[in-house]
Amino acid sequence: MERRLLSGDEAVAAAALDAGVHLGTGYPGTPSTEILEAFDALGGRAQWAPNEKVALEVGLGAAFGGARALVTMKHVGVNVAADPLFTAAYTGVSGGLVVVAADDPGMASSQNEQDSRRYAVAAGLPCLEPSDSQEAYDLLLAAFELSGRWQLPVLFRMTTRVCHGKSIVTRRAPVTPAAPAFRRDIPGRVMIPAYARPAHVRLRQKLKALSAFADGSPLNVWREGSAALGVIATGVAARHAREAAPHAALLELKTIHPLPLEKLRAFAASVDRCVVVEEGDPIVAEACLAAGIRVEGKGEPFRFGELDVERVRRILTRDDGPEAPLPRGKPPQLCEACPYHPVYATLRKLDCIVAGDIGCYTLGVLPPYQGMDTCVAMGASLGVGLGLRHVLPEADARRVVSLIGDSTFVHTGLNGLVEMIYNPPATGHVLIVLDNGTTAMTGQQEHPGTGRRLDHQATTRLSIEGLARALGVPNVDVVDPVADPAGFEALLSDRLARRQLSVIVSRRPCILAAADIRGYERQNAASAAACAACKEG
Amino acid sequence: MPAPVVNVVFAGLGGQGAIKASDILADAAFRAGFDVKKAEVHGMSQRGGSVTSDVRYGAEVLSPMIPRGQADFLVVLEPSEIEVNRPNLKAGGVLIPPDAVAEAALPNRRSLNVALLGALAARLDLADEHWLAAIRAALPERLHELNEKAFRLGKGSVP
Ligand SMILES: Cc1ncc(C[n+]2csc(CCOP(=O)(O)OP(=O)(O)O)c2C)c(N)n1
Ligand code: SF4
Repeated sequence: MERRLLSGDEAVAAAALDAGVHLGTGYPGTPSTEILEAFDALGGRAQWAPNEKVALEVGLGAAFGGARALVTMKHVGVNVAADPLFTAAYTGVSGGLVVVAADDPGMASSQNEQDSRRYAVAAGLPCLEPSDSQEAYDLLLAAFELSGRWQLPVLFRMTTRVCHGKSIVTRRAPVTPAAPAFRRDIPGRVMIPAYARPAHVRLRQKLKALSAFADGSPLNVWREGSAALGVIATGVAARHAREAAPHAALLELKTIHPLPLEKLRAFAASVDRCVVVEEGDPIVAEACLAAGIRVEGKGEPFRFGELDVERVRRILTRDDGPEAPLPRGKPPQLCEACPYHPVYATLRKLDCIVAGDIGCYTLGVLPPYQGMDTCVAMGASLGVGLGLRHVLPEADARRVVSLIGDSTFVHTGLNGLVEMIYNPPATGHVLIVLDNGTTAMTGQQEHPGTGRRLDHQATTRLSIEGLARALGVPNVDVVDPVADPAGFEALLSDRLARRQLSVIVSRRPCILAAADIRGYERQNAASAAACAACKEG
Repeated sequence: MPAPVVNVVFAGLGGQGAIKASDILADAAFRAGFDVKKAEVHGMSQRGGSVTSDVRYGAEVLSPMIPRGQADFLVVLEPSEIEVNRPNLKAGGVLIPPDAVAEAALPNRRSLNVALLGALAARLDLADEHWLAAIRAALPERLHELNEKAFRLGKGSVP
């Protein structure tokens, strides 16, 4: 079979294609973004959803319909999708559903380093974790088999190094899963309490069976070694462990939930000392200890950041002493010609209190602007800005502005806008939407506001200003802050002075995306013209 | 003892092509029949921040990350990134700095990454056919000639 050098994300896309996935959906987020882009490039059907919750629901619907669906997101996206995720464990699926959660230990590009494996435990979902690209490929195929066999969504945990690292992958012959078809199952799919109670019992029974499956599963690799030291390792940490302790016995864990507790017990009993090496929270170590399995977890310092060979060596020698700081290079900055510069210059000049959000524009927090006062979660700028407006003394309340990017606005800012018109602060409020025509932060993905789908083909464009007007916001304006910085400043000062609600759409394309956007528009206009000509003829 | 693994760290600023260069080396080593692993972090790097990328190849590569102080080669595209990354080099490891190839001689400033690969190639044991195939696979056709020229220039710069 074909051997290629692939990133973990590309390997997942290749596996999705070879598993016959009918639909891939998700929301961009480092380090998961490239999965759907690669799946599209390989000819798979891939689409961006407005946010992770919608993506999961679309995937779930497809899987209810008997399809194989892949849903991708970064770790914090699972928080957004958590509501349907928990109950999808009760309903189960008919086809296959795999949810990729890409964690970012060390926060190369994230606002926290939460550990998605906790979700598998909390929701009661099977969870697999690969350590390199070949395993990402193999385990994704296994995940679809598991999902089909137990009729459960499977959580697929990856980390930055596995997603973005490259290694050699051999692909297998593709399979053709059963064609989608609707099968009515009201008690299985409609989670009213009377149906949900037995569904919960069914879920626990499935997990029990899965735990026996995990114990016998060849997915977990037991490497014989010295009886003095045994290492239980997950994800990329298993690779570090083999290098750090080549002579130790090693149990490479791939079935993270349910855990193969009997295999873990036997492994721990086969060595004098057994250490669990895992990135993120000490989940496997705690589960082993709770089951009475004699293991040591990692020291507290190793809860933070990524692991590497040196850090694994320290875990194995119980060295919790101070570590040499990581070299700090140059931090990223707003591009020189970024359209956000005049916006931040104005916010600074007008001494605004800025409830910010997540995207390229978050870089405005750095000098020279230091132009953001809060940034917590996608979409939070609206609620946080409104909360500040509600309680601050009037003079300060009137300085508060919510600042959000276009993709982030569609993701979860929309809900906040509804809150704004429903519970308007006494001083009014000002929302600035930074519409740069793309999701710049994660590498220029399309979103509903661009009017193009994942593959850049034209679709209905969501109008941010139209939406604000339809919701009844009294002052809605669209400005180009680069073409007319003075006009932008005058407008913002005026809106801050009014005791009313205002939305300002600051529209100017991202400088890095502008040429591509023009290209897509030209191409789409040409095909629309060809289409019209064809219809006339 | 396991067979030795060749460790190369690439460093630069976002947009300079450090990651592209590491992709080309990884692909050339793959084409030459080695086991290869590459690791990088490219989150916010588009916006001109520091980027590094590790390439390791040999009979069998375990961790994708090069342990600190074990790089055989450090290829740097930006002068200001040399000192922060120097601790990656092992004792006796080779630094290939941005001025290893005279900028004026380059067909194009943007081909510095490939020219530095040439300087690296002169010190590695990978056949030119693999390098050239990897360069062609990584870049659009209109850039092939220019980059092959840059590669040869870099290779020729090493006495
Ligand atoms: C729940 C969640 N999903 C995804 C991300 C990753 N992410 C951060 S910002 C962002 C979108 C940024 O796009 P936009 O709002 O248009 O701002 P821009 O980067 O273009 O300035 C994404 C996808 C995240 N941080 N949180
Ligand atoms: S990538 Fe685009 S949005 Fe991001 S800083 Fe550069 S110009 Fe601004």
